[in-house]
Parts: sequence; structure tokens; C-alpha cells
Amino acid sequence: MAYSDKVMDHYENPRNVGNFDKDEKGVGTGMVGAPACGDVMRLQIKVNEQGVIEDACFKTYGCGSAIASSSLVTEWVKGKTLDEAATIKNSDIAEELALPPVKIHCSVLAEDAIKAAITDYKNKQ
Amino acid sequence: MTVYLDHNATTPLDERVLEVMLPHLRASYGNPSSVHALGRGARAAVEQAREQVAALISAHPSQVIFTSGGTEANNAAIKGYAFANKVAGVLIGPTEHASVRGPVQSLGRQGWQVDVANCDENGVLSASRLAGAVDIETRLASVMWANNETGVVNPMAELAELCGERGVILHTDAVQAAGKVTVDFTASGVQLMSLSAHKLNGPKGVGALIVDKAFTLEPLLHGGGQERERRGGTENVAAIAGFGMAAQLAQAELIERQQHTLGLRDYFEQRLIERLPQSVVFGAGAERLPNTSFFAIPPLEGRTLILALDRVNFAVASGSACGSEQHEPSHVLRAMGVSNELAHGAVRVSFGKDNSRADVDGVIEAITSQVKQLQGMGAATAWT
Amino acid sequence: MSSKKPIYFDYSATTPVDPRVAEKMCSFLTMDEGRFGNAASRSHQYGWEAEQAIDEARKNVADLIGADPKEIVWTSGATESDNLAIKGVAQFYKKKGNHIITSKTEHKAVLDTCRQLEREGFEVTYLDPEQNGLIGLAKLEAAMTDQTILVSIMHVNNEIGVIQDIAAIGELCRSKKILLHVDAAQSCGKVAIDVEEMKIDLLSMSAHKIYGPKGMGALYVRRKPRVRLEAQMHGGGHERGMRSGTLATHQIVGMGEAFRLAREEMASENERVRMLRDRLLDGLKDIEEVYVNGDLENRVPHNLNISFNFVEGESLMMALSDLAVSSGSACTSASLEPSYVLRALGRSDELAHSSIRFSIGRFTTEADVDHAIKLCHDKIQKLRDLSPLWDMYKEGIDLSTVQWTAH
Repeated sequence: MAYSDKVMDHYENPRNVGNFDKDEKGVGTGMVGAPACGDVMRLQIKVNEQGVIEDACFKTYGCGSAIASSSLVTEWVKGKTLDEAATIKNSDIAEELALPPVKIHCSVLAEDAIKAAITDYKNKQ
Repeated sequence: MTVYLDHNATTPLDERVLEVMLPHLRASYGNPSSVHALGRGARAAVEQAREQVAALISAHPSQVIFTSGGTEANNAAIKGYAFANKVAGVLIGPTEHASVRGPVQSLGRQGWQVDVANCDENGVLSASRLAGAVDIETRLASVMWANNETGVVNPMAELAELCGERGVILHTDAVQAAGKVTVDFTASGVQLMSLSAHKLNGPKGVGALIVDKAFTLEPLLHGGGQERERRGGTENVAAIAGFGMAAQLAQAELIERQQHTLGLRDYFEQRLIERLPQSVVFGAGAERLPNTSFFAIPPLEGRTLILALDRVNFAVASGSACGSEQHEPSHVLRAMGVSNELAHGAVRVSFGKDNSRADVDGVIEAITSQVKQLQGMGAATAWT
Repeated sequence: MSSKKPIYFDYSATTPVDPRVAEKMCSFLTMDEGRFGNAASRSHQYGWEAEQAIDEARKNVADLIGADPKEIVWTSGATESDNLAIKGVAQFYKKKGNHIITSKTEHKAVLDTCRQLEREGFEVTYLDPEQNGLIGLAKLEAAMTDQTILVSIMHVNNEIGVIQDIAAIGELCRSKKILLHVDAAQSCGKVAIDVEEMKIDLLSMSAHKIYGPKGMGALYVRRKPRVRLEAQMHGGGHERGMRSGTLATHQIVGMGEAFRLAREEMASENERVRMLRDRLLDGLKDIEEVYVNGDLENRVPHNLNISFNFVEGESLMMALSDLAVSSGSACTSASLEPSYVLRALGRSDELAHSSIRFSIGRFTTEADVDHAIKLCHDKIQKLRDLSPLWDMYKEGIDLSTVQWTAH
């Protein structure tokens, strides 16, 4: 399978790889996917008191497109409010990374990861 | 060096085709299903060839399924249609190749009604004759574009129009026609078409079935999911690439090759009649492939002449190579109403792009002297 | 991506044509050598020369498997051989019985053909292999009924390289008067085959897995006691009526030469390849959480199928783009399913998704292996640093207890 240049770039140089302390109040953690399906994404956001995402990080088990999708969304959510971040659509991710049809599920997973992280953060407040 | 005049049996590989094939036998040996760069390179070569073959017959690349040759393409079309549909009737032309008659007979053993249409004395199957043979059961028809023995060309567009009106799917074996005359899959209106590479200066062991991707067929070969799930098996990359190049060359040089072989063929037949006025050319009253001459020189037996010619280094044939282990007279000539005696005398000369006028002069001289010798010996005539 | 060609570790997917084979093939293609004829042309020297070359190739292929040349039927590859053997037997012997036994780890050419026969009303038993990939004889015997007409078991598995005990299976089948078909696409030239000793009735072979051309294969069909087949490709009556179509002389000559070379060089080549494979395994086994898939004893020396836990196979292949390897079978690697072969061995989905197949061959060097070892160490570390599963493993979490959000 040939990957787009953008996927290759994120895969070679993934942005914001890492962990935040998931017990911290300002941190939301979203973990989606399953090993059985070949991909698991963990996306974490750090939210300030104004409700703006200050920082984000990820770790992903999955193919190059899954890694690139999660790396991309950590860049996109930074500086956005929770409401703004919740509007990121999988189709935007797929388009930005020029994902082929068999890899669209990776962008869906990344969108789900954002939503899961936001939900986790809100549940903690 | 032998003069090769049997291009309807097979053709030598064009050097330019060999050049395209060699890298795939050496450095670029990937499996097109592999994800790594070598695999992707092989995939790209297959897809390029698909475009080249599609262009030769004015089809879309997605309509090209690569097979192991014309025989597989004919089997895949006929059995593939039959196995995807209810048992019904299948109708074929009277001069079809064994690789069409074979699968149709096997359908017959599985309960299909098998009908054979009639042709005229030139071997042409007209739309009105086909109409007479279609009945309420007929769902599939198979009529060759051009005959391998006589070179006679059938009116495909008219046949397709008739089949369309009667709700019959039409398959055509275009193995002999492609590369020799204009073959337009889209304009012809047929649903299924078979092609072979080695008849147009490509390699043996590769062919194609042309069919729209929306058309339902049961694959002949299951497993692996190659060719959009329509033909399992690792792609024969070198041969497919060679087929692509051969198709591209045939398309680019079609007019030139037609004029060249037609010139040789007409010259051959003119000289033959001059020297041996008793000669009979089969199918001469019909449109024929420009390179093919099928004739008899009564009362001489064809096989005797052919073997005599081989001894003086001219390679000609008695008709279909595939039938040449049998000594029965050609079923094509029988369908045309030719007597058994005359049919036993049949000899086929088929020219290729590399033949010359000197080859014609040579074979005419050889035929004349062999005929004289054989008659002098009183040997092996069809009458004895 | 580097412009340098990747190092080839995918000899089980396909092999380069041996230069000696390519040279011989070329002489049967063009006008210059004058050997391009149609072997069915009975009327001139071109045809006779082609026929003679084909006879020689037929003998070379037969010799490698201890068969008579008359028992060899040329096909367009192992997929066609498998289709012809299984459908051909099923259709010919359907009055005798309607039951076929195969295994879950067969190649798709066998599995898809069996699925098709099920749609036509046949019954098929798909045996589960043991965890090491081998078929248990007792299980096989238990599956046999008075309706069973055919057993189809591969000699060597394409993904994990394990070798089945075909002689024992053949003995069992013969005693029950059931025909045995063996897909030997991955074993010809790697493991000794004798169709008499092993009591094999039908055997599928491929040229491009042993340095011959793609698009070429053969089916061995036993003559004594005679095995009958319903032809799948009709017309022209080539190959004793079992498989019609103009014989591709250059392809057949290539297969013959490849099989001849395989017979001559198998012993020495296996030794060399085994040494390289062991070197590769030694270099990789000190990485944490690696698992070899399939039995290591009963295995062709060319194959190493290994799972790097907590690293997904496709991203690992991307990371190893300097190496041409495959994850699972080449024929299914465009799909997202984990390898059905590894699943049938009872491997977890994570381990199945994490598998890489290295296959070594005639042109692999020690330096290639050493480079691969180093690259794997580096890249697996990098990907594990990216993997949430690795984090969890290090934290001591049992992944099987985690509630995943399946999607």
C-alpha cells in the first residue's frame, strides 16, 4: 500500500507522543479501538480553566494511517475549546491525510478518540 | 532458416516485447499482491498492461481480466456465465474453436440446451441465421470474431444487436481478430470477449477476458482474490507486461501490418491460381483476416503437402494447431458444406509482420515443385 | 523512502527467476533462436522442437517428485492446479460421495475452491490444526466418513512454513480408499517429495516459488491406481484432455529448468538457508515479547514467522521498509483481517496482528540478515514507545481483562 506524503511525515515524525497523568483533574483520556481490530488509540488532552485545550498527546498501536491520524489530531485540538474540538470530523482527517478508502476507519477512530477524551474530562469535573 | 508461415498458430515474440518482459524475470520480480516496494512495482506493471490491452480493443481498463490465455478466457466466459445463472440454453457458431466447443459441451452434460447455428458457404454467420437459431431458452451465445482456419470475419455488431433484442448475452472469441483487424469492444456491443497474447507477437501463457465489472460471472479459478476477485492466482507479471507491449505495438502498427500482410496474401493467392489453377481458396467470397489463406490443391492430400514443405523449410499448417493431432477433416470446412475429399486437401498459410515477398515467391516455388513431385510419385492423394 | 532497493525477505511470496532459468526461457521466445513454435503444430519443425523441449521439462518436474512424466499436467500456476484437483475430483466422483476434508490453514486457492463446492452441495470439513500448526492424524481419521472422496492438505504452510507428515496422511487416506491432494507450492525444491512413498494422488506445484516464472504450475495426477478428473478448462484436448490451452513453451521450459536446478541444489541450499534463518532467529529472540509462530522442528529452513507483541504488523512493515517482508500471506495482505492461519493456531488477535514473515532464499546473504536484525531492534523499540499496549504491559495490566471499545 502506498502512503501519502503527509501520512509518511506523521509516521516518521509523530507529534506529541507521550502520557499525561490520567488521574489529574484537568486531563481527559480517550482510549478507543481494540487489539483484535489491529488498532488502539489513546488520546489525552490537558484543559485549562477557560475550557481551552492547552496540550495534547497520544500513543497508538496500529498501522501508519492510524498513527498519522492520531498524531494529526493532537496538533489540531491544541488551542481549541472543547466545543470546537468536538466538531472535528473524520472526513476532515481523511482528507488532510489523503487516506485511501480501506483506511477511512483510522480517521473514524481518531474522531472517536477526541470525543472519548472530552467525555472523560467532563465526567471528572 | 525456415520460413515461418503459420502465424495463426503462434507468432514469434517481438524483440520490443521481450525487452519489456526481461526486467520482470530478473530484478523486478515482486508478487503484485505484496505490500512492499517490489510488490508495488509489479502491480504497476500489471496495471499499465491493463491499460494497453484495453486501448487495443477500445475497452476500459477495469474491463480487462488477465488469464492464462485464450482457452482460459473462453472457458471463464462461458462457464463463468453459466455457473452464475440458472440452467438454460447456449448457442454457438458452427466454426468455433475447440476452447469454445469444449466448455459448451460440458454445459450440455450439466443440463444446458446446446444449439449450433448454421453458416453460409463462406463460413459467415449472419444475424438472420443467428436469429433462426435463437429460441426461448437461449441466454448465452458465443460467436468468434474471426475464424482461425479460414480467417473469415463475422458481422459482430449485427450479431450483438440481434442478441440485444432477444435478451441474449453475446461472447466473442476475438483471439485471431485482435491485432489483425479493428476490434472495438465497446462499439461492437458484445458483453464478453476473449483475447490471447501469443497470436499478436506477445508471449504464450497469457490472455484476457474482457467484461464489464458490473457483469456477474462466477470465477473459473477461486482463491487469492486477484483480478478484482474474478481470477485467482498470482499474476504472470512478465507475460502480462509483454502482452501490454504487444497490444500497444499491434495498435500502433495495425494499418501497416494489415497492408503488409494483405499484400502478401493477395500476391500469394494470385500466384497460386496462376501456377495451379485447380486450387480452391476457402472463404474467398467473404471478408477475411488480411493475413490468412486457407486453400486446397485437389487432388493432393493436405498433410502430405505440409510435411513435404516442412522438409524444404516452409512451416505451414493444416488448419487449427489444436486439432492437428486428429486426422479428421476440419469441422470449419464441414460447416461450410465443403466435401470431405476437398477438405482433406486443406492447407493454411498465415502471414506475419516479418514475412516478405521473397517468402511468398519461395513457398509458391516449393508448393509447385512438391505438387509435381508428389503427383509424379502418384502419392497420397485424397482419392486413394 | 530510500531509493535503494529493499533487501528481499519475501521468497515465500515469489522468487526472482534464476538467471540460468531466464536464459533458457529467452531462447524459446523470439524468432532469432527459431524455437517459438506451438507444440500442438504437428506439421513443422517449429512445433516438434517445442514439443521436445516440453517433454524434457515434464521429465524434470516429474523427477523432483518421483513421478512418471505422463502424470504431469501443465497449468497456469498452483491456484489453477488446486482448483483443477479439487473441483475435478469432486465433480468426477460425486456419485461416490459428497464429502471433502481440508484444514483451516490451507491456502486461499484451496479454501475458496472448497467454499464454492459447498455452494454446489458438497460438504466440507475444515480441520483445526494443533497449536504448532500440524494436523493431528486422529482428528483427520475421525472426520472421515463413507462419503469422503478427497482429503486436501498442504505440504508446507505458506505463512508459517510448517511441514505436515504427508506420508502418514497418505497411508491413512490410502487405507480408507480416499484420494489425497497435496498443495506443494511451498514445498517443491525445499522438502524431498516422493509421490509413491507418500501415497499422494494429486499434487499441486508452482514455478515462481522456486526461481521459475510466474504464471506456470503443474498438477501431478496419479495413473496407477488411476485418478480421474473432470476437466475445468475444455477445448483442444491438450494435456490428455485434463487441461486445454496452448502450452506456453518458454514458461514450461523455465519451470523444468527451475525444478532441475532445485533437485541438484536442494541439499546444499537448504543447509545454507537454515544457517541464515537460525542466525536471524538468534538475533531477534533477545527482544522482549517475541513469539515464533508454528513448529520450529517440522519447518522449512526458509521461513521465520515471528510476532513482536504490542507492535502492529502493518506499521512494523512500514518501519521496516528497507526490508521486503510480509505480514501474513501476500494474497490477503491488502485486507485488514489478521492472518487466518495464525488465528487457526489459537494465537491471540494481538499476536496475529503483530506477525511478520521473513522468508529467506537463494540470494540472501549474511550481511542482509545482520542488517535486518539491527533494523528490527531499532524500529521495534520506536514503535513500542508509541504503543499504548506496551505501556499497559509494562504497567502490569493483563490486556485480556481490558474492556475494549470494539468498532
